[in-house]
Amino acid sequence: MSGQRIAVPVGRRRVSAQPRWLHPGSWWLWALGLATAASRTTNPLLLALIIAVAGVVVAARRPNAPWARSYSSFLRLGLFIIAFRVLFGALFGASMGSTVLITLPSAALPAWAEGVRLGGDVTLETLVLAAYEGLRLATMLACLGAANSLASPSRLLKSLPGALYEAGIAVVVTLTFAPQVVADVSRVQTARRLRGRPDRGVRAIAGAAMPVFEGGLERAITLAAAMDSRGYGRRDSSLTRTRHLGSAFVLSGLVGICIGIYGLLDADTPAWLGLPIAALGVALGGVGLHLAGRHVTRTRYRPDVWALPEWLVAISGLVPAAALIYASAQGLISLDPSVVPLVWPALPVVPTLAILVALAPAIIAPPLPRSATIDVRTTVDVPTTIDDSPPVLVAPDDAIPLAGVR
Amino acid sequence: MIRFDEVSVTYTDATTPALSGLNLRIAEGELCLIVGPTGSGKTTLLRAINGLVPHFSGGTMHGRVTVAGRDTATHPPRELADLVGFVAQDPMSGFVTDTVEDELAYGMECLGLPQATMRRRVEETLDLLGIAELRDRPLLTLSGGQRQRVAIGSVLTTHPAILVLDEPTSALDPGSAEEVLAAIQRLVHDLGVTVVLAEHRLERVIQYADSVVVLPGAGQPARIGNPSEMMIDAPVAPPVVQLGRMAHWAPLPLSVRDARRAATPLRERLTKTSNARTLVPARISGMNPLLDLNSATAAYGDVVALNAVNLTVCPGEIVALMGRNGAGKSTLLSTAVGLKPTAAGEVRLGDRDPTELRGRALISRVGLVPQDPVDLMCADSVQEECRSADRDAGVTTGTTQGILTRLIGPLDSSMHPRDLSEGQRLSLALAIILAASPPLILLDEPTRGLDYSAKSRLVETLQDLAGRGHAVVLATHDVELVAELATRVVVLAGGEVVADGPTADVVVTSPMFAPQVAKILAPLPFLTVADVARAIA
Repeated sequence: MSGQRIAVPVGRRRVSAQPRWLHPGSWWLWALGLATAASRTTNPLLLALIIAVAGVVVAARRPNAPWARSYSSFLRLGLFIIAFRVLFGALFGASMGSTVLITLPSAALPAWAEGVRLGGDVTLETLVLAAYEGLRLATMLACLGAANSLASPSRLLKSLPGALYEAGIAVVVTLTFAPQVVADVSRVQTARRLRGRPDRGVRAIAGAAMPVFEGGLERAITLAAAMDSRGYGRRDSSLTRTRHLGSAFVLSGLVGICIGIYGLLDADTPAWLGLPIAALGVALGGVGLHLAGRHVTRTRYRPDVWALPEWLVAISGLVPAAALIYASAQGLISLDPSVVPLVWPALPVVPTLAILVALAPAIIAPPLPRSATIDVRTTVDVPTTIDDSPPVLVAPDDAIPLAGVR
Repeated sequence: MIRFDEVSVTYTDATTPALSGLNLRIAEGELCLIVGPTGSGKTTLLRAINGLVPHFSGGTMHGRVTVAGRDTATHPPRELADLVGFVAQDPMSGFVTDTVEDELAYGMECLGLPQATMRRRVEETLDLLGIAELRDRPLLTLSGGQRQRVAIGSVLTTHPAILVLDEPTSALDPGSAEEVLAAIQRLVHDLGVTVVLAEHRLERVIQYADSVVVLPGAGQPARIGNPSEMMIDAPVAPPVVQLGRMAHWAPLPLSVRDARRAATPLRERLTKTSNARTLVPARISGMNPLLDLNSATAAYGDVVALNAVNLTVCPGEIVALMGRNGAGKSTLLSTAVGLKPTAAGEVRLGDRDPTELRGRALISRVGLVPQDPVDLMCADSVQEECRSADRDAGVTTGTTQGILTRLIGPLDSSMHPRDLSEGQRLSLALAIILAASPPLILLDEPTRGLDYSAKSRLVETLQDLAGRGHAVVLATHDVELVAELATRVVVLAGGEVVADGPTADVVVTSPMFAPQVAKILAPLPFLTVADVARAIA
């Protein structure tokens, strides 16, 4: 990608001099920070800015791997959500404002369904509000897509503490199964066409389900055998009690973290349900993992380091989150532009600057190792645009000279 | 190193044991080759070495297997992971992580080796197998030969004393197979690793073996011994051995090199008779082509898989598509049945464009047996599968069953298609395709996992079909099959046709695609043992 050549001008290499993989955790923190920021506003300008910032960073620091092409799929999913949200707003949303665009035939609902509208007047204000809300969700998705592109979830799982490693491997395996199932479905549908059967439509999918399921099951068993043969699940059995105690701590910690994250992302919950509970959860989980990890005999090959660039990237994502949480707590009006009356949204200065801070990783994150950026199929430079060509499973040829063939 | 004492294995629901009363000693540092027809228990034997049988497979095991003093009855596979490296048939299905380097480290992580050791061993293994340039590559993007070497590397990093390989070269083109075998050779010679491997393609491995275990199947006792002695009457034999048996060479040569040295008198005799293979005219002129590719180009994203390919196939021809993994063979077959639309150029099936054909219009013109024949099957018994094929093709009930019986004789029709052997599955797939009697039959890698007898049945079947006016196109790595079967060979490289001509013309001079008999008797244009037998008769 030509992106990082622009990003690292000669003479200013300080933190990002050495090409290496950034810790996946810092990418996810950065992305979650942006997502949190997005959750606090319906201002379409700010949301578009967040999507753009994420896109620029993805373009600059995305490795050339099959999973790294997911940003645009997430964007498309986002578009679908906006369309869906607008459609729902038109059909069922509470009618607001007075700019009636179209009047749909409406159904009179019984008294107990009061407040639910079906059809009737569709106003511009309703649609705009629905679009804003859809865009907010789409933006949060885009942030997840960015994290997914920059650091594959399986790399993140690999940095889990020892005690969680086995569970992590199970998740990794599941994640790699999903694309394989997709490949299986297309293979089976191909085969159906070869047998002269319909290869599209509901019946085709129903016909493919059983062979795909059987194939998946077979592969799961093969994989389990392979993992067992390679030593998965060897453990020191003398520390069973500590392990159970550890598990209890971890579980309660996880519950805490879940509640905390919900509190952070959902603007309507009381403040004490956010950070404090999440912090408590993290602490409990940490103790538990330490206890449970003591029985694990396995080691880690080249664990990802957490150094200055990781801190900077994570902080650059958390700045917009903090700024927007603070701004929304202060009741900054331009975060939620009014739809009744419908006005053009203003761009608040401080949140805008805070979001722009999240652009920093495009420069401060270390460039990727060379091998991760060259395309395995061609050596042609890929432009910095976000391309969405599907992962190509055609392997490059082994270098065997085809000598002697006339 | 490995001891089997009176080992018998019977799987649940099986009526006959997969292995019975097996006694075996495999010494340290030996390369031991397991041979035998399909269903003789080769895979069971291999899986018993690291305890997958019986710990994973279920069933009952009698007797005792000890590996370096550890009894597999009390040691599950994970407790043997430091001792036995096991690579299953399809390496991709055993990969746990997603990049090469992580995959190499995975086993060591499980064993809890210190970080410094892991770093060193990963580097050593990358060099040992010649895969250093693949280090950061996602496993999904590797070619078949690369995957196999990564799979071997991933078990080697734990420094196992024993390496167990199930059909390591079956799915590979001749070049990749040689890379893998060279790597295995180096392990045996330089590191003293004990290697136990099963392989159907004996012609590729027999010359490297120190000992051979013959599993004759059908309840007969296994035998172990020196390769050239065991091959004298083994139920399966590569062409070099068949030629040696026919010419009564003693000791029996196992490699092309040894055979060439023994073959001087035979060559002289054959030169005199000069009764070399009379070539079947490859093209029957005046016939309408069944398949016609006219500068067909197809691409996946920005990778061109077929580049301006011209190919015409006429009735009665058997065309072999050869070329390394990823050369475009499968893509060519896909475009021929309309699964892969062309980006440029034209594909005609008779007078129609295959991408427009659906249903009976398609299956009555062309039939494709995919690489994995199971893909074609969707019913839960052979009988039901045959009936649904009858319905698809619109022929009278029992047609497919009849074809199947002609192909392989009677078969328990209540069996699940997935429980059939590779050869039986292939026959079933072929029967399904033939139900609609398409004039053009395409096969993608049909001999993967077939033993010699299943292969010779396939050869007969296809020759019979060609004789009745069908055209057959098969993509294959199997040079021996091509020598026996094909009337014409098309070599693809990088999506382009680099050679197209009668089989003998194309393969005899090619170091990669020449069959063993051609290599032994070069420059005489003999391709198969049958050719030689005919000439001296």
